[in-house]
Amino acid sequence: MVSRKHYRIVLIEPSAIITAGIQELIKGERELEVVAVFADCCHSTEHINDLRPDLIILNPLIVDFKYRHCVEDLFLGNVPLVALVYQYVEPETLRHYRAVIDIEDERAKIVRKLLQVMETVTPRQDVPEGNELSEREKEILVSVAKGMINKEIAEQHHISIHTVISHRKNISRKTGIKSVAGLTVFAILNNLLDINDVE
Amino acid sequence: MTKNSSFFTSGMKLADLIHLDYKLLLLLPRFGLNLGFRDQTAEECCARVGVSSQLFIMICNIYAFENYSPRKEEIDQTEIDQLLAYLRHSHSYYLDDRIQRIQDQLKIMSANSDLAHQKILNRFFEEYKNEVINHFEYEEKTVFPYIQSIGVGKKATGYEIEIFEQNHSNIDDKLSDLKNIFIKYWPADSSQKERTAILFNIFSLEEDLRKHTFIEDKVLIPLVQKLEQNYGK
Repeated sequence: MVSRKHYRIVLIEPSAIITAGIQELIKGERELEVVAVFADCCHSTEHINDLRPDLIILNPLIVDFKYRHCVEDLFLGNVPLVALVYQYVEPETLRHYRAVIDIEDERAKIVRKLLQVMETVTPRQDVPEGNELSEREKEILVSVAKGMINKEIAEQHHISIHTVISHRKNISRKTGIKSVAGLTVFAILNNLLDINDVE
Repeated sequence: MTKNSSFFTSGMKLADLIHLDYKLLLLLPRFGLNLGFRDQTAEECCARVGVSSQLFIMICNIYAFENYSPRKEEIDQTEIDQLLAYLRHSHSYYLDDRIQRIQDQLKIMSANSDLAHQKILNRFFEEYKNEVINHFEYEEKTVFPYIQSIGVGKKATGYEIEIFEQNHSNIDDKLSDLKNIFIKYWPADSSQKERTAILFNIFSLEEDLRKHTFIEDKVLIPLVQKLEQNYGK
């Protein structure tokens, strides 16, 4: 069970009427708080990641088509995603979401869905905080250290180039090391990589 | 007392300047100035080695005072040949003296380290050195000859200082990375003393290169832009 009973939600939806409506519905719930609203996601993922939300409610159709099959990679730290749906969305797309809120759902049902999602999520403590690299970041770091370019890294890890860049920024921020050569030294010193892999 | 009395002037004794800021010691070899200058003023010392004291004092002020920025008259007075000679001497001073010393220290420091660590560190520093060499070479082979040609009134075509301004890349990422490697990540083995000495040298080199870039951006480029205007682009 999750001990912390306060969940920070980021809402990503272009319609002002709908975002206002969702916020109004959630307002009464002490456990849920909408900390920020964005009209689109592809241009603000970095900002969203900085907020370290516990949950993201997202309209799947505003995600660019090429990212729909890997939407979870747009955000760091395995943040659970909940789809907000008021048009037809392909089932394939919805598979990437932990739950689906339909525009027709009544208030209690929406709140219940959100809380259910949070209960199935492993607590945030599992995600390394601060300057510790996450497992995903370590994998990306190794690829960078091997001399791969962003495009190759994106293909190998099945993520977008945008996500690769976002990971790389975080890796440099956390380690204090910017250059590829410096990251290679870091990877060797931390036994993430064998010297023979870079020779 | 002039209104600029807080900064150095060429009438001051060179010995006094060094006492006021010992970092200026690092500038002397680049001007061909040797220690043992008795009570001579900066101007007298410079005259003996054929260096413009105006340039020397301006650079001393840039190194000694964070809040110093050369005035327009000072930039206009600067002799372009003297400035280029200083920059060239600085380049070889960085490579042959400062960077070489750090490389030697790294070898000694890591001599007893894990072989893979030695190798990767060595490779890292070689890459850094090559980056610096390329950076300096570009300036000396492309930018400086261009400046010299407009300095004598010949406008070489196909190049403008603006191109240099835009491409003046920074070469400080790797140095900064190296600091973090030694401060945070290199195993806490017995080479503490050596590492401390290396870190002091890296910090000092980094600061020096920052001032070097400042001189190129705030003195060299404006000076060349003025020349370009004079000879009608």
